[in-house]
Amino acid sequence: MNERAIVCKGLTKRFGDFIAVNNISFDVDQGEIFGFLGANGAGKTTAMRMLCGLSYPTSGEAAVAGYNVFKQQEAIKRNIGYMSQKFSLYESLTVKENIRFYGGVYGLSDRQLKEKGDELITQLGMENEVKKMVGSLPLGWKQKLAFSVAIIHQPRIVFLDEPTGGVDPVTRRQFWDLIYAAAEKGITIFVTTHYMDEAEYCNRISIMVDGRIDALDTPANLKQQFRATSMDEVFYALARSAKRSAD
Amino acid sequence: MRTLRLLLEKEFRQIFRDKGLLPVIFILPLIQLLIMPLAANFDVKNINLAVVDRDHSTYTQQLVSKIASSGYFHITGYHNDYTPALRQIEREKADIIMEVPAHFEQDLVKENKAFIYLAADAINGTKAGLGSAYLTSILADYNNEVRLKWLPAQPAAAGTVDLRFSNWFNPYMNYRLFMVPGILVLLVTMVCGFIAALNIVKEKEIGTIEQINVTPVKKWQFIMGKMIPFWVIGMVDFTLGLLLARLVYGIIPVGNLALLYMFLAVYLVALLGFGLLISTYSDNQLQAMFVAFFFIMIFMLMSGLFVSVDNMPGWAKVIAMLTPVTHFVEVVRMIVLKGSKFSDIQFQLLVEVMFAVVLNGWAILNYRKTS
Repeated sequence: MNERAIVCKGLTKRFGDFIAVNNISFDVDQGEIFGFLGANGAGKTTAMRMLCGLSYPTSGEAAVAGYNVFKQQEAIKRNIGYMSQKFSLYESLTVKENIRFYGGVYGLSDRQLKEKGDELITQLGMENEVKKMVGSLPLGWKQKLAFSVAIIHQPRIVFLDEPTGGVDPVTRRQFWDLIYAAAEKGITIFVTTHYMDEAEYCNRISIMVDGRIDALDTPANLKQQFRATSMDEVFYALARSAKRSAD
Repeated sequence: MRTLRLLLEKEFRQIFRDKGLLPVIFILPLIQLLIMPLAANFDVKNINLAVVDRDHSTYTQQLVSKIASSGYFHITGYHNDYTPALRQIEREKADIIMEVPAHFEQDLVKENKAFIYLAADAINGTKAGLGSAYLTSILADYNNEVRLKWLPAQPAAAGTVDLRFSNWFNPYMNYRLFMVPGILVLLVTMVCGFIAALNIVKEKEIGTIEQINVTPVKKWQFIMGKMIPFWVIGMVDFTLGLLLARLVYGIIPVGNLALLYMFLAVYLVALLGFGLLISTYSDNQLQAMFVAFFFIMIFMLMSGLFVSVDNMPGWAKVIAMLTPVTHFVEVVRMIVLKGSKFSDIQFQLLVEVMFAVVLNGWAILNYRKTS
């Protein structure tokens, strides 16, 4: 698909005098894994919420899956998946009931739910957990389940806000396997993270500092540009210039 | 429709899996219905009366024994002087002092008139007011007896007006008959008002509402998905309460049950709309709880449940009319006790429909998927 998954020009969000997101511009190609980096309080989540149709931009332009973020939020919502910082499945529902609920509200039929649900459970190896309450699962499993549920309706783009926060390294690795599998199916991945090893897995990354995007390229090019040996060094070089205090 | 069905499935599962919430929804209200009508009794009995008798005559004796036999008064002591009787009031041993002056009998026989002095402890206003009223009526009665005894030969003088009245719809002035339907309203209001107020905000706290907001679920579907389960709970609670009222208090609605339920159905929509509206405005459950508590207190005190709306000053009546609870309390009493028909309650029904439309419309408007 040639069409860009995300086109963003001069997107800005103000809260009173505070400019949370300051005039950011970037494009994301369909099927790309796009890393959205930045220190705490740099404005990543605010930017992501605007792209998901959860928050009105103050100014600028953006199209997600070809739909305008000012006027077509509901159309955007039909075409994206979203996994927030907070765990968002229902803890008092079972694994299967959560799959049924979230798949169902995206319009999957009973037959599709069964097929997709079984496929998802096999992929995650959660056959024995199907009837367990989601609240009783370990965090790593919850996050993998939440991701799989977020893409159950085959969205064009999935937004992941620090999906691997607090997850052990082995599970993080498995989580990224899921991300690659989804990207192979053509789903665009838009992911924020604080782990620089994860940043290396991305096709391209942007780094936000004080609401602006200060760097945007492939990990290799960025390292070259900043004469750094690792993404860690690139991040430090940029984040040190931040004026805003982290939250 | 499918989305709504999925939302309902989810809500019902969550409610029935919440082991802490279930007893609060179904058991506590019934326990309250068993206890509150027994306590919320406005009949004034056991009024403590201190008698100051300066006359020590047969007439005084007759008067006091008449008062004692009424069943409302408890004679706490006889005193020769006012001061010790006042001490009794100060020590909260007596509620009312009745002072019979010296030469009471003599004055009454000779001069055809005599005075009795009553002093009531008005700290408990109800007891003072009702107690004095009872005493006055006993004294009037006594007065009549004396007149008849003394003036048998002058029938023309016995031209007193004798008032007789009967109490319609509640002939024995059974307080429970009046209170139980009202308390039933209170319970349904508390349970449904609070769970609705706490619900959406709970999803805000957990963060699941953000996930809902990023799905194609429509605003009205989400609100309906919240509304319907609580509506069903309200209907079930009311039914259980009505059954209990019948079994324990022997209260059987005189009027049409279908009419009662029709009104309940509309009332619940209005009430839940109110709860959900609070929920959409609040950021956390604590906030929602306090706001809901504030309003439900006003509803309870201003709805005519405990204090008649007709007795309120004009501005208070306006507030009372602006709460959905007032109209429901009125209608429940009308249908249960009087057997009122549709034509009698259509005004209240119209008002309730307006509440339902405005509150829910407001809640849907204020719930924003994009902020």
